Amino acid sequence: MSRLGECVSRSILAGFYVGLMLFLAASGRGLAAEPYKIGAVFSITGGASFLGEPEKKTAEMIRDEINKQGGINGHPIELIMLDDETDPTKANLAVKKLVKEVPVIIGPSTSGTSLAVVGVAEEANVPLISCAASHKIVTPIESRKWIFKVAGSDSHVVGKMFEHMKKQGIQKIGIMTVSDGFGASGREELLRLAPENGITVVADERYGPQDTDLSAQLTKIRTSQPQAIVNWSTGPTQILAVKNWRDLGMDSIPLYQSHGFGNRKNIQLAGKGAEGVRLPLARVNIGPLLADDHPQKKVIMEYTKAYEAQFKEPVSSFGGHAWDSMHLAMAALKAVGPDAAKIRDFLENTKGFVGQHGTFNFSAQDHNGLSKEDLEMVVVKDGDWALAK
Amino acid sequence: MTRKDWRIFLLTALLIAAFPWMVQPVKAVSHYVDVMVFAGIFALVCLGVTMLMGYAGQVSMAQAAFFGIGAYTSAILTGRFALDPWLAMPAGASLAALVAWVVGIPALRLKGHYLAMATLGFGVIVHIILNEEVEWTGGPSGMADLPGLHVLGWKLSTELAWYYFVWGTVFLALLFCFHVLHSRVGRALRAIHEEESAAEAMGVPTARYKVQVFVLSAVLAAVAGSLYTHFVTCLNPSSFNLMWSIRFILMVMVGGMQSLWGALLGTVLMTFVGNEWLHVFAEFEILVYGAILLVVALFLPKGLVSLFTRKPIVHNA
Repeated sequence: MSRLGECVSRSILAGFYVGLMLFLAASGRGLAAEPYKIGAVFSITGGASFLGEPEKKTAEMIRDEINKQGGINGHPIELIMLDDETDPTKANLAVKKLVKEVPVIIGPSTSGTSLAVVGVAEEANVPLISCAASHKIVTPIESRKWIFKVAGSDSHVVGKMFEHMKKQGIQKIGIMTVSDGFGASGREELLRLAPENGITVVADERYGPQDTDLSAQLTKIRTSQPQAIVNWSTGPTQILAVKNWRDLGMDSIPLYQSHGFGNRKNIQLAGKGAEGVRLPLARVNIGPLLADDHPQKKVIMEYTKAYEAQFKEPVSSFGGHAWDSMHLAMAALKAVGPDAAKIRDFLENTKGFVGQHGTFNFSAQDHNGLSKEDLEMVVVKDGDWALAK
Repeated sequence: MTRKDWRIFLLTALLIAAFPWMVQPVKAVSHYVDVMVFAGIFALVCLGVTMLMGYAGQVSMAQAAFFGIGAYTSAILTGRFALDPWLAMPAGASLAALVAWVVGIPALRLKGHYLAMATLGFGVIVHIILNEEVEWTGGPSGMADLPGLHVLGWKLSTELAWYYFVWGTVFLALLFCFHVLHSRVGRALRAIHEEESAAEAMGVPTARYKVQVFVLSAVLAAVAGSLYTHFVTCLNPSSFNLMWSIRFILMVMVGGMQSLWGALLGTVLMTFVGNEWLHVFAEFEILVYGAILLVVALFLPKGLVSLFTRKPIVHNA
């Protein structure tokens, strides 16, 4: 055979094989249903990695679990997860990328990164379920048609705290807040809600997230003679607040912490000093303490057991946010399929959805769906949480 | 500009103009247009850094602060006072210029790295102000729902529109910088960079020129900040901290300090490295940055542009 002939026959053969492969690939695709895509943006690394880590683990755990059970209506879930490294610019880019591919997005993890992306999701008409707290994420509702959030607002936490104070007859408080997004938002709500609850803020101290001593703030607060102290921060400063409060012998003035303290590691770090510290906490952290007939008991215990068995670490509020957002997205996909507009409408009309952080009742006016009743007041007792009286 | 520069200019402009049409059809890289918008915004800052560092031989650790001054001035004036963005932008630039002038005059009269020290402190101060002045800046959680930008009555609503607008601005700034470098001022700057005492002996008012370049770099950074505000439509102080000032310097060093083309190349490359390609390294990103810097400093002290040319691209005019 001539060389040209050989070349031609080989080409035909190659073409035949390629055609066959394409046919097989296409038919193979027809067998398994098209996967349902869910986009996720979490701060898996960077400053807020303590939020993103458990969120990532939880979302992946749920995906594997559902896919093992055969997916949603036969469609496996494909989770497209991106790490924003706790950087607003990167979060913005990540969501811009996702809105082109997925019908629903969960995350980001922090208020800062969430606020950096709400505009993108809104413009692209893709529903986004944020895992962060700031009320600005879902208000004003006119420009947040496509945005939802599963983390309770700071106003709920403050409301629960003030409710407990009123029961204890506390009227004068001193507050100390960290100067980052978390602390600033807490301070705003504390100052805003105090008057209507008949509480006077007699001292208002701030400190930096890197500060290594808070005695100065506590001493100043002591001079204004409050009946209780509220500390609002995350990370090492909330341990410092406990230690300095003990060292200064101020334990006669009860110390309230924000829900940021709601991690068992904090009790271990603060040691015996943490005894008696009070804080409002989401129920996901205290599954075993709930009464058996509590509506959330079942879902919380299931999640707690699965998570702790797989990752050998206690559950946290943050993983709970990922659970709530993931299950809301899945419920929407199950009901209406991968259609962004229908998912949005489904989410907005969801009522009585029992999750890790409460029973969600969304409405056209409220894209958070939680209230202060979804929190429990707890106190540190014998190195563990206990329900506060 | 020399003829060679013009040729590079046209080639680069063509490449930039064609870029979206090359990447958009490919789904996996179609979002590169977004990344390039950020790269363009950062490139404006880096042009200023090159002028200051590569030509005047001064290091500023506060470029992110000027970037922030521009961004927050635009955000506050348009968001809180409903001022037109096109009026807010020059306001931000003027504020940055004024601040740079005040910081620069005492620091640049002295020889040595006093500007680096002064700006190091100044950058931290600006970041603290952005964090603490909650009433004005929204504090650590920042500001959201800021207005977009209209150009000649058209709203820049797509990434593509933003892409061409931002890169158009970059090329205008580039032309301006070339113009400055090939004027008396540019020659004086290079003389300062080579040997300050000699320049002074030749009658070059070194302090004045250094301050002028510093002000120019601050203005470029502030304009970039304004664009950033209207593109992202939300702000957060963490985008304007010391780390970002260092990143800008790094971008310029990787590209090639003594070439405006180097600034562009370095910025685009490092923006992609930081936002796209190094994502896998996550927390170790800073180590990778360090490694890149080390490799460049050891083997390519004149930056990546030195790969393309044997001599520095900008000749004495």
